[in-house]
Amino acid sequence: MHSVHTRTLLDSAAIARALDRISREVVELAGGTDHLALVGIQRRGVELAERIARLIAQEEGADVPRGAMDITLYRDDLQTVGPRPIVGETRIPFDVEGLCVVIVDDVLYTGRTVRAALDQLADFGRPSRIGLAVLVDRGERELPIQADIIGESVTAPGKRVDVLVSEVDGRDAVELVEAVK
Amino acid sequence: MTPPSLGKDLLGLEKLTAEQIHLVLDTAEPFKEVSERAIKKVPTLRGKTIVNLFFEASTRTRISFEFAEKRLSADTVNIGSTGSSVQKGETLVDTARNLEAMRIDMVVMRHPSSGAAKFLGERIRSNVINAGDGPHEHPTQGLLDLLTIRDKFGKIDGLRVCICGDILHSRVARSNIWGLLKLGAEVAVCGPQSLLPRGIEELGVNVFHRIEQAIEWGDVLNILRLQLERMSAGYIPSLREYYRVFGVTVERLEAAAKDLLILHPGPMNRGVEIDSRVADGPHSVILSQVTNGVAIRMAILYLLAGGEPALAEAAKRTNREGLE
Repeated sequence: MHSVHTRTLLDSAAIARALDRISREVVELAGGTDHLALVGIQRRGVELAERIARLIAQEEGADVPRGAMDITLYRDDLQTVGPRPIVGETRIPFDVEGLCVVIVDDVLYTGRTVRAALDQLADFGRPSRIGLAVLVDRGERELPIQADIIGESVTAPGKRVDVLVSEVDGRDAVELVEAVK
Repeated sequence: MTPPSLGKDLLGLEKLTAEQIHLVLDTAEPFKEVSERAIKKVPTLRGKTIVNLFFEASTRTRISFEFAEKRLSADTVNIGSTGSSVQKGETLVDTARNLEAMRIDMVVMRHPSSGAAKFLGERIRSNVINAGDGPHEHPTQGLLDLLTIRDKFGKIDGLRVCICGDILHSRVARSNIWGLLKLGAEVAVCGPQSLLPRGIEELGVNVFHRIEQAIEWGDVLNILRLQLERMSAGYIPSLREYYRVFGVTVERLEAAAKDLLILHPGPMNRGVEIDSRVADGPHSVILSQVTNGVAIRMAILYLLAGGEPALAEAAKRTNREGLE
């Protein structure tokens, strides 16, 4: 029998502080808000991008364009994932040409999701720059990909890192989940 | 959470569950967006080879499948019955086995005989998609009709849908009836007695012999093409007579208390089964059906392609990315 042991890495106040810092760093990365756009990766990245946009609106008074991407159709392992995963919505309602597009995701791990997101974004046009902002970087990359902006770095070999956001999960938390024999 | 699967082949809607039909419709939604992009292509089926085997004439369905395949980055080959070894008397199974020997992954087939897709699917390893088998089924047409209706009403359950015209020879009618009933719609058919199959009521559909009754009753009319060769076969007295009695006209629709959604699988005979003013009118979704057809076929290709259960199990064991 396996039981599951859960430890909270970030509570909702810590997540709020991290997002606050991320939103300021995003504006810095883009050299202001004039050419900035945010694209969240389905599913929780979309909610995080939305919150970062709200924080930027409060701080800078700018309404930054937002998009969402589901990267399922660009995965490199579709042959082996068994029953086809449900594909979420991709919506980029602006021209990415010449913009600084910051991709937002909850967890950066192997880097394969980001690789797929970069391929997909390239099919929408040629941004002048693409950045990457993540709430949690848990290391263990399988590709040479790094984030520009990181909320929290953790090491969690053999464990699961769950990001919960209130819009989807009813509460905000980052949890380390471990199966205990 | 494991989504339901479609299995190896798509043969018809009769054997699908409501859950499987919902899976296809929900999967089609994100594929609509791909066709709206400047670069209408995703790499999902890169390296897959698909053969479109059309033993009957088809423009819309064949091109729709081909666009769906190309927009998913599959490699495609088209084979017709003329100008191929089929003309030299090769059997269907031999044709397919020869194709398999060239390492194909999927076959999309239209064939004049009922059950041809099932027959083939049982004999080859590749996925088989039925693009119309005689008067039996045309599942992707049924699915795109369901998607188009769902787009407009936000649901299928509880709607009243009447299929009008030549029910007897229509694979579109059969796929529609099974799909609509499974999703909880009330279904009726309307047409001259000579073009309604005997015992059609046993499928659980209402039968109208007057188009006015169908218009009075329904929320949706799916108007089938009157195949012109039926006239010479004596099923109807004349095209003009058919239009006079069964033609869906503006005048007839205006007599109804509510607006009806108008579908037609094409190709249309304007002034026979449908008035031009209805076909081009505000309640016609005939071109939306065509647009949705590409998304539905992309969804089917995506759901059937790859993903061998054994490989998936092995991948799960070694996959460290257990985040989802």
